[in-house]
Amino acid sequence: MLCARPARAEPASLADSITGGAPVQTGRVHLDLPLLIENGNAVPMKVTVDSPMTAEDHVRVIHLISEKNPVRHMASFRLGPRSGRAEIQSRIRLAGSQRVMALAQMSDGSYWADVRSTVVTLSACIDDAGT
Amino acid sequence: MIARVQVPDHVKPGDVVEVRILIQHPMETGYRRDEVGRPIPRNTIRSLTCRYGGEEIFSAEMSSGIAANPYLQFTTVAQSSGVLEFAWVDDEGHSEVYRKELAVAG
Repeated sequence: MLCARPARAEPASLADSITGGAPVQTGRVHLDLPLLIENGNAVPMKVTVDSPMTAEDHVRVIHLISEKNPVRHMASFRLGPRSGRAEIQSRIRLAGSQRVMALAQMSDGSYWADVRSTVVTLSACIDDAGT
Repeated sequence: MIARVQVPDHVKPGDVVEVRILIQHPMETGYRRDEVGRPIPRNTIRSLTCRYGGEEIFSAEMSSGIAANPYLQFTTVAQSSGVLEFAWVDDEGHSEVYRKELAVAG
């Protein structure tokens, strides 16, 4: 089945719409995705953030941003000091080989991100399947 | 079965507990068509919250980018025995609540 794909876009450009242009630093965030994905319909995903997760210093929210999915802001996970650890796992859909960004906002307002490139051999057909 | 929640059996106060939830839901993207070519309307779980002893400890906003039958794993600090209450709502406005007892010993 053929899938129409939106044009390539920098994950950073969508990150800007979330951060309002605030600087995004590299580090602290670790996004685990398989390098080679046979089936984009259910891709195991894990995000961990280096944070003590105390009331003073914790991760507020983790955003998942896709480069090529039709819905590029895939999910947001809100955490807090009661989380104990900043660690989220889920299964995501990926419409083709692309980069995925995990963007974390800390309690002090700073943004940190990690970007992973993946190769998807069978895309999740979340684009318009009618084309 | 609409959902399954897994928490460890033996938990002490202060432990960081892994909470796993699996929800039965198609997470329909809205981009697919049925066998006669009609578009299948989008129906994804938009938001999910988890309360522990009445206080919100985790929430997620999701989209079609989350796989069908969404699975989430997160952590929380065990305090005292209480109920983990998961609530979610999808695009059709269908909401569900699922409760799971977390037993904390000692």
